[in-house]
Amino acid sequence: MPLTGIDDKVVRVDAEAKARGEARYVSDYVLPDMLYACMVRSSVPRARITGIHLPELPEGYYFISAKDIPENGRNELWMIAKDWRCFADGDVRYVGETIGLLVGKDRNILRYLQDNTRIDYEEGVPAVTIDDAIALKGGPIVGEDNVMCSLFCEKGRPMKDVFNEADSVFEETIETGFQEHVHLETNGALITEEDGRYVIYASAQCPFYIRKSVAGLLGISPEDIIIRQTTTGGAFGGKEHFPDVLCGPLLVAESVIHKPIKLIFDRSEDMLYSVKRHPSKTIFRTALDKEGNILGIEGTIYYNCGAYLSASYVVLQRGVFHANGVYDFPATYLKGVGVATNTFPSDAFRGFGAPQTLFAIETHLDHIARRFGFDPAEYKSRYFIKKGGETVTNGHIIEEVKLPEMLSRLAEASDYYRKAEEYGIGSGRGIGISFYNHGGAFTGNGEQAIIKAHARLVKEGKRVRIEVGSTEMGQGFQTALRKIAANTLGIEMEDVDYPNPDTSLVPDSGPTAASRSTMIVGKIVEECAKEMKERWDEGDFSVEKEYVHPEGHPWDQDTFRGDAYLGYGWGAAVVEVEVDRITNEVNTVGIWSCHDIGHAIDELIVHGQVNGGIIQSLGYAAMEKMENRNGHFRQESMSDYVIPTSMDFPKQEWSLVDNPYQWGPQGAKGMGELVFNGADAAYVDAVERALGITVTKIPIPPEDIEEALENA
Amino acid sequence: MHRQIEFRVNGNKVVYSGDPLTRLVDVLRDDLRLTGVKEGCGEGECGACSIIKDGRLVTSCIIPVGACLGSDILTIEGIRDTEKGRCIVEAFRDGGAVQCGFCIPGMVMAAYVLLSSNPAPTDEEIRVAISGNICRCTGYDLIVESIRLAAERGGALWQ
Ligand code: FES
Ligand code: FES
Repeated sequence: MPLTGIDDKVVRVDAEAKARGEARYVSDYVLPDMLYACMVRSSVPRARITGIHLPELPEGYYFISAKDIPENGRNELWMIAKDWRCFADGDVRYVGETIGLLVGKDRNILRYLQDNTRIDYEEGVPAVTIDDAIALKGGPIVGEDNVMCSLFCEKGRPMKDVFNEADSVFEETIETGFQEHVHLETNGALITEEDGRYVIYASAQCPFYIRKSVAGLLGISPEDIIIRQTTTGGAFGGKEHFPDVLCGPLLVAESVIHKPIKLIFDRSEDMLYSVKRHPSKTIFRTALDKEGNILGIEGTIYYNCGAYLSASYVVLQRGVFHANGVYDFPATYLKGVGVATNTFPSDAFRGFGAPQTLFAIETHLDHIARRFGFDPAEYKSRYFIKKGGETVTNGHIIEEVKLPEMLSRLAEASDYYRKAEEYGIGSGRGIGISFYNHGGAFTGNGEQAIIKAHARLVKEGKRVRIEVGSTEMGQGFQTALRKIAANTLGIEMEDVDYPNPDTSLVPDSGPTAASRSTMIVGKIVEECAKEMKERWDEGDFSVEKEYVHPEGHPWDQDTFRGDAYLGYGWGAAVVEVEVDRITNEVNTVGIWSCHDIGHAIDELIVHGQVNGGIIQSLGYAAMEKMENRNGHFRQESMSDYVIPTSMDFPKQEWSLVDNPYQWGPQGAKGMGELVFNGADAAYVDAVERALGITVTKIPIPPEDIEEALENA
Repeated sequence: MHRQIEFRVNGNKVVYSGDPLTRLVDVLRDDLRLTGVKEGCGEGECGACSIIKDGRLVTSCIIPVGACLGSDILTIEGIRDTEKGRCIVEAFRDGGAVQCGFCIPGMVMAAYVLLSSNPAPTDEEIRVAISGNICRCTGYDLIVESIRLAAERGGALWQ
């Protein structure tokens, strides 16, 4: 029997059905007697609602709003915080806030009704930017100071002493903008009823999150709702919590109407009225000695959370924990502040808060290196953290850090040092480099204390079925997990099934997020498979296990001290550019990367993740500009908000260093987010060198480059 | 004004009687249930809804059905079981071109049109041919390689 070895090349299990157009995404579902829904949303960022005027609703058409939430229900979506309302009630806090849902049979009639619904407002002055929030523009949105969440961590000697001894202090502010996910499948969900239970089909990362989040609207328990994940056309964090915002109103509507109802966003709705990556502003003050050595770094990090907290506190924590990048500085003080504004709530996006601060620290270090005449790669490599090194949360790096090897490989592949030397600053050609990491899974002991993930294997004859709540959204998890199970069981991958999760049939494995699926859920499946293999001859049976956290890694969630992550993925990227001196058009001519993801479960899948993550990161740096004016996003279509096409970036060269991770399945660590975390900084470094400019803000499309050149 | 619009879809005669301004993508997806045709943007920008109309690659979301009178239309459903279609689908599968899959039927259509007119394209030609098809997941490299694989494997099929 040909068994599936972990290093075997396998065929991705979902590829053929997708390529043949047979995979069913939520918009492809049609149920008998199905109605459609569309949202009535706020058109102003901050106001009291003084009136809602609906056109006359034809027979069979409904307007569902806060008034339809039953008495024992609560108008809240329980994400991580519970502050996001299902329906705006009395006031609105951002443009696009859900006020109601129009439901009926004909989409054209719904569109007409939507266009002819009028909301009266008494408007306030919106706070849109981080600076607006700090200045309390229009009065505080939350509390007295607009601070939604904050934290700090410190390491080494007191900052006061460090700065006293410094020969110079270098301070700069680095900013990053909104980023829109643009998963090619827009958000969508479909609700119906089966045997007295609500059933929701959703394009979603986290089916169990949805049922927890929305059950309280009707005062029912999560088990009364079944979530079935449909083939998900990309997510990148945009379908982590956000599906709740569709499923909540649908659930309330279903409780009134009792017919199948489908809600699919069109692209402009998805772009204007969905969550985004948190814009950030990081102020670094770095204490330096005469030679340019770093004595200590102080950082204040602001994230724009939008109007509701949702998951922002957790995003901010990750931002702070990654704000010293891959380095071990003698002393650091890092403070994170999440502020409230009247913009669409910011939420999860691949990297989950880490990309913003990693970009900031990389760019800051480039600037210091250049000031003192050092090559950035050489300068940064002096501070590479090592195994046993102290992290910003006073924990330690547990694994071997292979950054020196990664740097030398990458330098050789890209001919970095020669090019860095040869292309003068401002010559029109530039090469840039960056280093980054990503802590795998939930912070600290969250996996054990909060998530308590379960996974189950079911043996029926010679076939084995994986039952987990984790989802395939394009990242290849269905293939990776089957491969882990088959390899551990010593059977063929074809004999392992893994259907899309249905929350009534599978245990809760925690969210599909945080680069935790392979590391955590994969590990539990591996443990289940080991036991199943031992008992293989017992006939049909199942094995279910809960995640067990490795002992001896303290973490205090109140003070944020200890081992924030038990394992990191590590990365380095080099980008080479040529700039057209007349148009300021930047042409990327080379992309090289090297990653440590433990041991790869499937090289072809990893290849695709590396390529895709890096291109998204380059889009973030180079072109994806999402502006918000007075509370309104200005980019509302894929022609306004331009993401990379096949012509924008060249073929990539990539490699992996093998560094098997002791607690991962077959040595694997998470990698889905890591590969997003650094190419942006390498690109900016290259552009800065090519043009002799200093960039402190991304994205930098050509028009912004022009401005930077004028200021230079 | 409603009139009857006759055209062919995947070799079958279709008579549409309804608003001629209805988008072709809606007729294909809703009326004919050809849901392999995807809608990613609805404004001709992403290529997910790509189909072949009279031999040319077009985005069905910006074509009114009224403009299809007498046309010959091919969707992913019409090519996937042909020898050429299978060749591309299998190359995409084996070459790692597919992630979330939402852009992929449109990419397959773009590859089909390319290889039918240029049996041995360079990487640059492939990139140009799929430049109207947005993929948010893959970064395109493996799609390009898979199309090249289809060209190599298909050989005479594309001549
Ligand atoms: S849906 Fe037609 S081009 Fe995007
Ligand atoms: S595979 Fe997801 S958009 Fe292309």
